[in-house]
Amino acid sequence: MTLIDLANPTKFLSLTARVLPWLAGATAILLLVGFYQAAMAPDDYQHGAVVKIMFIHVPNAWLSMFVWSVMSLAALGTLVWRHPLADVAAKAAAPIGAAFTFLALVTGSLWGRPMWGTYWQWDARLTSVLILFLMYLGLMALWRAVDDPSRAARAAAVLTLVGALNLPIIKFSVDWWNTLHQPASVLRMGGPTLDRAFLIPLLVMALGFSLLFVTLHLAAMRNEILRRRVRSLQMMQASQQAA
Amino acid sequence: MTALAALIRRDIRIALRVGGGALIGVLFFLTVTVLMPFAIGPDLALLTRLGPAILWLGALLASLLTLDRLFTADHEDGSLDLIVMGRAPLELACAAKALAHWLAAGLPLIAATPVLGLMLNLDATATSAVALTLLVGTPALTFTGMIGAALAVTLHRGGLLLAVLVLPLSIPVLIFGVAASQAAITGPLSFGTPFSILCAISLVSFVIGPFAAAASLRHGLD
Repeated sequence: MTLIDLANPTKFLSLTARVLPWLAGATAILLLVGFYQAAMAPDDYQHGAVVKIMFIHVPNAWLSMFVWSVMSLAALGTLVWRHPLADVAAKAAAPIGAAFTFLALVTGSLWGRPMWGTYWQWDARLTSVLILFLMYLGLMALWRAVDDPSRAARAAAVLTLVGALNLPIIKFSVDWWNTLHQPASVLRMGGPTLDRAFLIPLLVMALGFSLLFVTLHLAAMRNEILRRRVRSLQMMQASQQAA
Repeated sequence: MTALAALIRRDIRIALRVGGGALIGVLFFLTVTVLMPFAIGPDLALLTRLGPAILWLGALLASLLTLDRLFTADHEDGSLDLIVMGRAPLELACAAKALAHWLAAGLPLIAATPVLGLMLNLDATATSAVALTLLVGTPALTFTGMIGAALAVTLHRGGLLLAVLVLPLSIPVLIFGVAASQAAITGPLSFGTPFSILCAISLVSFVIGPFAAAASLRHGLD
Protein backbone atom coordinates (compact mmCIF):
# COMPACT_ATOMS: atom_id res chain seq x y z
CA MET A 1 0.00 0.00 0.00
CA THR A 2 1.76 3.16 -1.15
CA LEU A 3 0.69 6.75 -1.39
CA ILE A 4 -0.21 6.33 -5.06
CA ASP A 5 -2.71 3.56 -4.24
CA LEU A 6 -4.58 6.04 -2.11
CA ALA A 7 -5.06 8.23 -5.18
CA ASN A 8 -8.13 6.15 -5.90
CA PRO A 9 -10.83 7.80 -3.75
CA THR A 10 -12.80 4.55 -3.45
CA LYS A 11 -9.77 2.73 -2.03
CA PHE A 12 -9.14 5.66 0.29
CA LEU A 13 -12.75 5.61 1.49
CA SER A 14 -12.75 1.88 2.19
CA LEU A 15 -9.38 2.04 3.97
CA THR A 16 -10.35 4.97 6.17
CA ALA A 17 -13.72 3.36 6.94
CA ARG A 18 -11.77 0.49 8.51
CA VAL A 19 -9.16 2.66 10.23
CA LEU A 20 -11.34 5.48 11.56
CA PRO A 21 -13.17 3.64 14.40
CA TRP A 22 -9.83 2.43 15.82
CA LEU A 23 -8.35 5.93 15.55
CA ALA A 24 -11.38 7.47 17.22
CA GLY A 25 -11.20 4.89 20.03
CA ALA A 26 -7.48 5.45 20.59
CA THR A 27 -8.05 9.21 20.61
CA ALA A 28 -10.83 8.91 23.19
CA ILE A 29 -8.74 6.66 25.47
CA LEU A 30 -5.64 8.86 25.22
CA LEU A 31 -7.60 12.04 25.86
CA LEU A 32 -9.41 10.46 28.83
CA VAL A 33 -6.12 9.27 30.34
CA GLY A 34 -4.60 12.66 29.60
CA PHE A 35 -7.46 14.56 31.23
CA TYR A 36 -7.29 12.28 34.29
CA GLN A 37 -3.53 12.72 34.62
CA ALA A 38 -3.87 16.46 34.09
CA ALA A 39 -6.51 16.66 36.81
CA MET A 40 -4.28 14.65 39.17
CA ALA A 41 -1.15 16.69 38.41
CA PRO A 42 0.08 18.79 41.33
CA ASP A 43 -0.50 22.54 41.41
CA ASP A 44 2.38 24.72 40.36
CA TYR A 45 4.08 26.66 43.16
CA GLN A 46 3.69 29.85 41.17
CA HIS A 47 0.66 29.37 38.94
CA GLY A 48 -1.49 27.32 41.35
CA ALA A 49 -4.31 25.31 39.79
CA VAL A 50 -4.33 27.57 36.74
CA VAL A 51 -1.36 25.63 35.38
CA LYS A 52 -3.82 22.94 34.24
CA ILE A 53 -4.77 25.18 31.32
CA MET A 54 -1.32 24.29 29.98
CA PHE A 55 -2.43 20.71 29.23
CA ILE A 56 -4.97 22.05 26.73
CA HIS A 57 -3.13 25.16 25.61
CA VAL A 58 0.23 23.67 24.65
CA PRO A 59 -1.10 20.77 22.49
CA ASN A 60 -3.38 23.18 20.66
CA ALA A 61 -0.52 25.59 20.04
CA TRP A 62 1.67 22.75 18.73
CA LEU A 63 -1.09 21.54 16.45
CA SER A 64 -1.79 25.03 15.12
CA MET A 65 1.67 24.95 13.53
CA PHE A 66 1.65 21.22 12.77
CA VAL A 67 -1.53 21.53 10.70
CA TRP A 68 0.06 24.22 8.54
CA SER A 69 2.99 21.87 7.85
CA VAL A 70 0.53 19.12 6.91
CA MET A 71 -1.17 21.57 4.54
CA SER A 72 2.21 22.54 3.07
CA LEU A 73 2.99 18.90 2.34
CA ALA A 74 -0.45 18.56 0.76
CA ALA A 75 0.23 21.73 -1.26
CA LEU A 76 3.45 20.17 -2.59
CA GLY A 77 1.37 17.10 -3.44
CA THR A 78 -1.05 19.30 -5.38
CA LEU A 79 1.53 21.33 -7.31
CA VAL A 80 4.32 18.82 -7.85
CA TRP A 81 2.72 15.38 -8.02
CA ARG A 82 -0.87 16.40 -8.85
CA HIS A 83 -2.00 13.82 -6.31
CA PRO A 84 -5.81 13.77 -6.51
CA LEU A 85 -6.28 13.52 -2.76
CA ALA A 86 -3.75 16.23 -1.88
CA ASP A 87 -6.12 19.11 -2.46
CA VAL A 88 -8.84 17.28 -0.53
CA ALA A 89 -6.37 16.90 2.35
CA ALA A 90 -5.38 20.57 2.19
CA LYS A 91 -8.97 21.77 2.07
CA ALA A 92 -10.08 19.54 4.94
CA ALA A 93 -7.14 20.57 7.15
CA ALA A 94 -7.67 24.34 6.99
CA PRO A 95 -10.79 24.69 9.21
CA ILE A 96 -9.40 22.16 11.71
CA GLY A 97 -6.14 24.09 11.91
CA ALA A 98 -8.05 27.33 12.36
CA ALA A 99 -10.04 25.73 15.20
CA PHE A 100 -6.88 24.54 16.99
CA THR A 101 -5.31 27.97 16.58
CA PHE A 102 -8.45 29.62 17.93
CA LEU A 103 -8.46 27.27 20.95
CA ALA A 104 -4.79 28.01 21.59
CA LEU A 105 -5.56 31.74 21.53
CA VAL A 106 -8.61 31.43 23.80
CA THR A 107 -6.95 29.16 26.39
CA GLY A 108 -3.85 31.33 26.32
CA SER A 109 -6.00 34.38 26.89
CA LEU A 110 -7.78 32.69 29.83
CA TRP A 111 -4.39 31.71 31.26
CA GLY A 112 -3.05 35.22 30.77
CA ARG A 113 -5.83 36.87 32.76
CA PRO A 114 -4.83 35.51 36.23
CA MET A 115 -1.09 35.37 35.45
CA TRP A 116 -0.35 38.55 33.54
CA GLY A 117 -3.45 40.45 34.68
CA THR A 118 -4.74 40.92 31.14
CA TYR A 119 -6.61 38.88 28.55
CA TRP A 120 -4.59 40.19 25.68
CA GLN A 121 -1.09 41.49 25.43
CA TRP A 122 0.68 42.53 22.23
CA ASP A 123 3.34 40.00 22.95
CA ALA A 124 5.39 38.23 20.30
CA ARG A 125 4.01 34.70 20.69
CA LEU A 126 0.41 35.84 20.96
CA THR A 127 0.71 38.14 18.00
CA SER A 128 2.38 35.59 15.76
CA VAL A 129 -0.29 32.99 16.62
CA LEU A 130 -2.96 35.60 15.90
CA ILE A 131 -1.38 36.22 12.49
CA LEU A 132 -1.34 32.47 11.90
CA PHE A 133 -5.07 32.47 12.71
CA LEU A 134 -5.66 35.31 10.25
CA MET A 135 -3.77 33.40 7.57
CA TYR A 136 -5.90 30.31 8.18
CA LEU A 137 -9.00 32.46 7.76
CA GLY A 138 -7.58 34.03 4.59
CA LEU A 139 -6.88 30.57 3.20
CA MET A 140 -10.43 29.46 3.99
CA ALA A 141 -11.73 32.61 2.30
CA LEU A 142 -9.66 31.71 -0.76
CA TRP A 143 -11.14 28.19 -0.82
CA ARG A 144 -14.62 29.64 -0.62
CA ALA A 145 -14.04 32.33 -3.24
CA VAL A 146 -13.86 29.91 -6.20
CA ASP A 147 -16.46 27.36 -7.20
CA ASP A 148 -14.12 25.14 -9.24
CA PRO A 149 -12.34 22.96 -6.62
CA SER A 150 -9.23 22.10 -8.66
CA ARG A 151 -8.60 25.75 -9.56
CA ALA A 152 -9.08 26.78 -5.94
CA ALA A 153 -6.75 23.97 -4.87
CA ARG A 154 -3.84 25.24 -6.96
CA ALA A 155 -4.29 28.84 -5.79
CA ALA A 156 -4.56 27.72 -2.17
CA ALA A 157 -1.46 25.54 -2.60
CA VAL A 158 0.63 28.52 -3.74
CA LEU A 159 -0.62 30.59 -0.81
CA THR A 160 0.02 27.75 1.66
CA LEU A 161 3.62 27.37 0.50
CA VAL A 162 4.25 31.12 0.56
CA GLY A 163 2.75 31.14 4.05
CA ALA A 164 5.02 28.27 5.11
CA LEU A 165 8.04 30.28 3.95
CA ASN A 166 6.76 33.46 5.52
CA LEU A 167 5.56 32.17 8.88
CA PRO A 168 9.09 31.74 10.31
CA ILE A 169 9.98 35.24 9.10
CA ILE A 170 6.83 36.67 10.68
CA LYS A 171 7.53 34.74 13.87
CA PHE A 172 11.09 36.01 14.21
CA SER A 173 10.18 39.56 13.29
CA VAL A 174 7.43 39.59 15.89
CA ASP A 175 9.75 37.98 18.46
CA TRP A 176 12.22 40.74 17.90
CA TRP A 177 9.45 43.33 18.12
CA ASN A 178 8.16 42.63 21.64
CA THR A 179 8.13 39.63 23.92
CA LEU A 180 6.68 38.55 27.27
CA HIS A 181 5.77 34.91 26.69
CA GLN A 182 8.05 32.34 28.26
CA PRO A 183 10.64 30.69 26.01
CA ALA A 184 10.26 27.09 24.85
CA SER A 185 10.61 24.66 27.74
CA VAL A 186 9.98 21.21 26.25
CA LEU A 187 11.68 21.04 22.87
CA ARG A 188 14.93 22.80 23.63
CA MET A 189 18.67 22.16 23.64
CA GLY A 190 19.75 20.28 26.77
CA GLY A 191 16.42 18.53 27.42
CA PRO A 192 13.12 19.71 28.86
CA THR A 193 13.08 22.06 31.84
CA LEU A 194 9.55 20.98 32.72
CA ASP A 195 9.12 18.75 35.79
CA ARG A 196 8.25 15.08 35.15
CA ALA A 197 4.91 15.45 36.97
CA PHE A 198 3.81 17.93 34.32
CA LEU A 199 5.75 16.58 31.37
CA ILE A 200 4.13 13.13 31.19
CA PRO A 201 0.48 14.31 31.21
CA LEU A 202 1.45 17.00 28.72
CA LEU A 203 2.97 14.49 26.32
CA VAL A 204 -0.06 12.20 26.69
CA MET A 205 -2.35 15.13 25.93
CA ALA A 206 -0.21 16.19 22.98
CA LEU A 207 -0.38 12.70 21.54
CA GLY A 208 -4.13 12.56 22.19
CA PHE A 209 -4.75 15.88 20.46
CA SER A 210 -2.54 14.86 17.51
CA LEU A 211 -4.59 11.68 17.11
CA LEU A 212 -7.71 13.81 17.40
CA PHE A 213 -6.42 15.87 14.49
CA VAL A 214 -5.69 12.77 12.40
CA THR A 215 -9.17 11.41 13.14
CA LEU A 216 -10.94 14.67 12.36
CA HIS A 217 -8.81 15.20 9.27
CA LEU A 218 -9.56 11.77 7.81
CA ALA A 219 -13.26 12.19 8.58
CA ALA A 220 -13.27 15.65 6.98
CA MET A 221 -11.47 14.26 3.91
CA ARG A 222 -14.13 11.55 3.61
CA ASN A 223 -16.83 14.20 3.83
CA GLU A 224 -15.10 16.31 1.20
CA ILE A 225 -14.80 13.37 -1.21
CA LEU A 226 -18.48 12.49 -0.72
CA ARG A 227 -19.42 16.16 -1.10
CA ARG A 228 -17.58 16.31 -4.42
CA ARG A 229 -19.33 13.15 -5.59
CA VAL A 230 -22.70 14.64 -4.68
CA ARG A 231 -21.73 17.81 -6.51
CA SER A 232 -20.72 16.03 -9.71
CA LEU A 233 -23.87 13.88 -9.57
CA GLN A 234 -25.97 17.01 -9.23
CA MET A 235 -24.13 18.62 -12.15
CA MET A 236 -24.75 15.51 -14.26
CA GLN A 237 -28.42 15.53 -13.34
CA ALA A 238 -28.73 19.22 -14.13
CA SER A 239 -27.09 18.82 -17.55
CA GLN A 240 -29.30 15.80 -18.33
CA GLN A 241 -32.39 17.78 -17.48
CA ALA A 242 -31.19 20.69 -19.57
CA ALA A 243 -30.58 18.43 -22.57
CA MET B 1 16.68 40.83 -22.31
CA THR B 2 15.23 43.31 -24.80
CA ALA B 3 11.83 41.67 -24.35
CA LEU B 4 11.96 42.30 -20.59
CA ALA B 5 13.12 45.90 -21.10
CA ALA B 6 10.28 46.41 -23.55
CA LEU B 7 7.85 44.94 -21.02
CA ILE B 8 9.08 47.31 -18.32
CA ARG B 9 8.88 50.33 -20.67
CA ARG B 10 5.39 49.35 -21.80
CA ASP B 11 4.07 48.83 -18.26
CA ILE B 12 5.43 52.16 -17.03
CA ARG B 13 3.99 53.95 -20.05
CA ILE B 14 0.55 52.37 -19.55
CA ALA B 15 0.60 53.13 -15.82
CA LEU B 16 1.43 56.79 -16.31
CA ARG B 17 -1.00 57.54 -19.14
CA VAL B 18 -4.71 58.18 -18.91
CA GLY B 19 -6.52 55.22 -17.36
CA GLY B 20 -3.33 53.81 -15.85
CA GLY B 21 -4.02 54.90 -12.34
CA ALA B 22 -0.50 54.66 -10.88
CA LEU B 23 -0.68 58.19 -9.54
CA ILE B 24 -3.99 57.53 -7.78
CA GLY B 25 -1.87 55.69 -5.20
CA VAL B 26 -0.09 58.93 -4.31
CA LEU B 27 -3.40 60.72 -4.00
CA PHE B 28 -4.66 57.94 -1.72
CA PHE B 29 -1.46 58.17 0.35
CA LEU B 30 -2.00 61.92 0.74
CA THR B 31 -5.67 61.46 1.71
CA VAL B 32 -4.96 58.77 4.31
CA THR B 33 -2.25 60.93 5.87
CA VAL B 34 -4.58 63.92 5.95
CA LEU B 35 -7.30 61.81 7.60
CA MET B 36 -5.02 60.80 10.48
CA PRO B 37 -4.91 64.20 12.26
CA PHE B 38 -8.72 64.28 12.14
CA ALA B 39 -8.84 60.94 13.96
CA ILE B 40 -5.97 61.56 16.38
CA GLY B 41 -6.35 65.30 16.89
CA PRO B 42 -4.08 68.12 15.75
CA ASP B 43 -1.58 67.59 18.59
CA LEU B 44 1.77 68.18 16.85
CA ALA B 45 3.87 66.39 19.49
CA LEU B 46 1.71 63.28 19.18
CA LEU B 47 1.81 63.47 15.38
CA THR B 48 5.61 63.68 15.48
CA ARG B 49 5.71 60.52 17.56
CA LEU B 50 3.24 58.64 15.36
CA GLY B 51 4.47 60.16 12.08
CA PRO B 52 6.67 57.28 10.82
CA ALA B 53 3.94 54.75 11.65
CA ILE B 54 1.29 56.83 9.86
CA LEU B 55 3.47 57.25 6.77
CA TRP B 56 4.31 53.56 6.68
CA LEU B 57 0.67 52.49 7.05
CA GLY B 58 -0.37 54.96 4.36
CA ALA B 59 2.29 53.71 1.96
CA LEU B 60 1.38 50.08 2.71
CA LEU B 61 -2.31 50.68 1.96
CA ALA B 62 -1.55 52.80 -1.11
CA SER B 63 0.71 50.15 -2.63
CA LEU B 64 -1.90 47.50 -1.88
CA LEU B 65 -4.58 49.57 -3.60
CA THR B 66 -2.69 49.79 -6.90
CA LEU B 67 -1.59 46.12 -6.86
CA ASP B 68 -5.05 45.06 -7.91
CA ARG B 69 -4.29 46.24 -11.46
CA LEU B 70 -0.90 44.53 -11.77
CA PHE B 71 -2.21 41.56 -13.76
CA THR B 72 -5.94 42.29 -14.24
CA ALA B 73 -5.57 44.82 -17.05
CA ASP B 74 -3.24 42.47 -18.96
CA HIS B 75 -5.61 39.59 -18.35
CA GLU B 76 -8.58 41.55 -19.67
CA ASP B 77 -6.93 42.53 -22.97
CA GLY B 78 -5.26 39.15 -23.44
CA SER B 79 -1.63 40.25 -23.25
CA LEU B 80 -1.12 38.21 -20.07
CA ASP B 81 -1.62 35.02 -22.10
CA LEU B 82 1.07 36.21 -24.53
CA ILE B 83 3.45 36.91 -21.64
CA VAL B 84 2.80 33.44 -20.20
CA MET B 85 3.42 31.81 -23.60
CA GLY B 86 6.37 34.04 -24.49
CA ARG B 87 9.97 32.91 -24.73
CA ALA B 88 11.16 34.92 -21.72
CA PRO B 89 10.89 32.90 -18.47
CA LEU B 90 7.64 33.71 -16.73
CA GLU B 91 9.46 34.31 -13.43
CA LEU B 92 11.60 37.03 -15.03
CA ALA B 93 8.56 38.52 -16.76
CA CYS B 94 6.76 38.68 -13.41
CA ALA B 95 9.81 40.33 -11.82
CA ALA B 96 9.91 42.84 -14.69
CA LYS B 97 6.23 43.65 -14.25
CA ALA B 98 6.69 44.11 -10.51
CA LEU B 99 9.72 46.35 -11.09
CA ALA B 100 7.75 48.47 -13.57
CA HIS B 101 4.86 48.67 -11.13
CA TRP B 102 7.18 49.78 -8.34
CA LEU B 103 8.82 52.42 -10.57
CA ALA B 104 5.43 53.80 -11.59
CA ALA B 105 3.49 53.47 -8.33
CA GLY B 106 6.08 53.04 -5.55
CA LEU B 107 8.61 55.75 -6.34
CA PRO B 108 5.99 58.55 -6.36
CA LEU B 109 5.03 57.52 -2.81
CA ILE B 110 8.62 58.03 -1.69
CA ALA B 111 8.78 61.34 -3.55
CA ALA B 112 5.66 62.47 -1.68
CA THR B 113 7.04 61.46 1.73
CA PRO B 114 9.00 64.69 2.48
CA VAL B 115 5.90 66.84 1.94
CA LEU B 116 3.73 64.59 4.10
CA GLY B 117 6.49 64.43 6.73
CA LEU B 118 6.41 68.21 6.89
CA MET B 119 2.66 68.10 7.55
CA LEU B 120 3.18 65.56 10.35
CA ASN B 121 5.81 67.79 11.97
CA LEU B 122 8.73 65.43 11.29
CA ASP B 123 12.19 67.02 11.19
CA ALA B 124 14.71 66.49 8.39
CA THR B 125 16.41 63.41 9.91
CA ALA B 126 13.09 61.73 10.64
CA THR B 127 11.73 62.43 7.16
CA SER B 128 14.85 61.18 5.46
CA ALA B 129 14.86 58.05 7.65
CA VAL B 130 11.24 57.30 6.72
CA ALA B 131 11.93 58.00 3.03
CA LEU B 132 15.00 55.76 3.09
CA THR B 133 13.16 52.87 4.79
CA LEU B 134 10.26 53.27 2.35
CA LEU B 135 12.72 53.21 -0.55
CA VAL B 136 14.06 49.87 0.67
CA GLY B 137 10.78 48.46 2.00
CA THR B 138 8.18 49.24 -0.67
CA PRO B 139 9.77 46.91 -3.27
CA ALA B 140 9.20 44.10 -0.76
CA LEU B 141 5.54 45.14 -0.50
CA THR B 142 5.20 45.11 -4.30
CA PHE B 143 6.95 41.77 -4.74
CA THR B 144 4.99 39.94 -2.02
CA GLY B 145 1.78 41.67 -3.06
CA MET B 146 2.36 40.40 -6.58
CA ILE B 147 1.68 36.86 -5.30
CA GLY B 148 -1.74 37.98 -4.14
CA ALA B 149 -2.35 39.81 -7.41
CA ALA B 150 -1.48 36.68 -9.39
CA LEU B 151 -3.81 34.56 -7.24
CA ALA B 152 -6.57 37.12 -7.60
CA VAL B 153 -6.32 37.28 -11.40
CA THR B 154 -6.42 33.51 -11.80
CA LEU B 155 -9.52 33.37 -9.61
CA HIS B 156 -11.22 36.38 -11.22
CA ARG B 157 -11.54 37.89 -7.76
CA GLY B 158 -9.75 41.00 -6.61
CA GLY B 159 -10.27 43.67 -4.05
CA LEU B 160 -10.91 42.49 -0.54
CA LEU B 161 -9.65 38.94 -1.05
CA LEU B 162 -6.32 40.34 -2.25
CA ALA B 163 -6.06 42.53 0.85
CA VAL B 164 -6.90 39.67 3.22
CA LEU B 165 -4.27 37.44 1.62
CA VAL B 166 -1.48 39.99 1.27
CA LEU B 167 -1.67 42.07 4.44
CA PRO B 168 -0.55 39.32 6.88
CA LEU B 169 2.47 38.66 4.66
CA SER B 170 3.52 42.31 4.84
CA ILE B 171 3.79 42.38 8.64
CA PRO B 172 7.59 41.85 8.82
CA VAL B 173 8.18 44.71 6.37
CA LEU B 174 5.98 46.98 8.46
CA ILE B 175 7.66 45.99 11.74
CA PHE B 176 11.21 46.57 10.54
CA GLY B 177 10.35 49.62 8.45
CA VAL B 178 8.79 51.43 11.39
CA ALA B 179 11.45 50.11 13.79
CA ALA B 180 14.25 51.47 11.63
CA SER B 181 12.58 54.87 11.28
CA GLN B 182 11.89 55.09 15.00
CA ALA B 183 15.47 54.04 15.76
CA ALA B 184 16.77 56.88 13.61
CA ILE B 185 14.55 59.41 15.39
CA THR B 186 14.48 58.49 19.07
CA GLY B 187 15.39 54.89 19.72
CA PRO B 188 18.14 53.54 21.90
CA LEU B 189 18.68 50.93 19.21
CA SER B 190 20.90 51.62 16.24
CA PHE B 191 19.41 52.34 12.83
CA GLY B 192 21.60 49.75 11.12
CA THR B 193 20.17 46.54 12.60
CA PRO B 194 16.49 46.86 11.63
CA PHE B 195 17.48 48.56 8.38
CA SER B 196 19.68 45.69 7.26
CA ILE B 197 16.96 43.19 8.22
CA LEU B 198 14.55 45.25 6.10
CA CYS B 199 17.01 45.02 3.19
CA ALA B 200 17.22 41.26 3.74
CA ILE B 201 13.42 40.91 3.65
CA SER B 202 13.32 42.86 0.39
CA LEU B 203 15.99 40.64 -1.14
CA VAL B 204 14.12 37.49 -0.04
CA SER B 205 10.89 38.82 -1.53
CA PHE B 206 12.66 39.43 -4.87
CA VAL B 207 13.19 35.68 -5.03
CA ILE B 208 9.97 34.32 -3.52
CA GLY B 209 7.59 36.80 -5.19
CA PRO B 210 8.29 36.14 -8.89
CA PHE B 211 8.48 32.36 -8.42
CA ALA B 212 5.22 32.13 -6.46
CA ALA B 213 3.42 34.52 -8.82
CA ALA B 214 4.67 32.63 -11.88
CA ALA B 215 3.63 29.31 -10.34
CA SER B 216 0.20 30.68 -9.59
CA LEU B 217 -0.21 32.10 -13.12
CA ARG B 218 1.01 28.90 -14.74
CA HIS B 219 -1.33 26.69 -12.71
CA GLY B 220 -4.26 29.04 -12.65
CA LEU B 221 -4.69 30.33 -16.19
CA ASP B 222 -6.12 27.94 -18.68
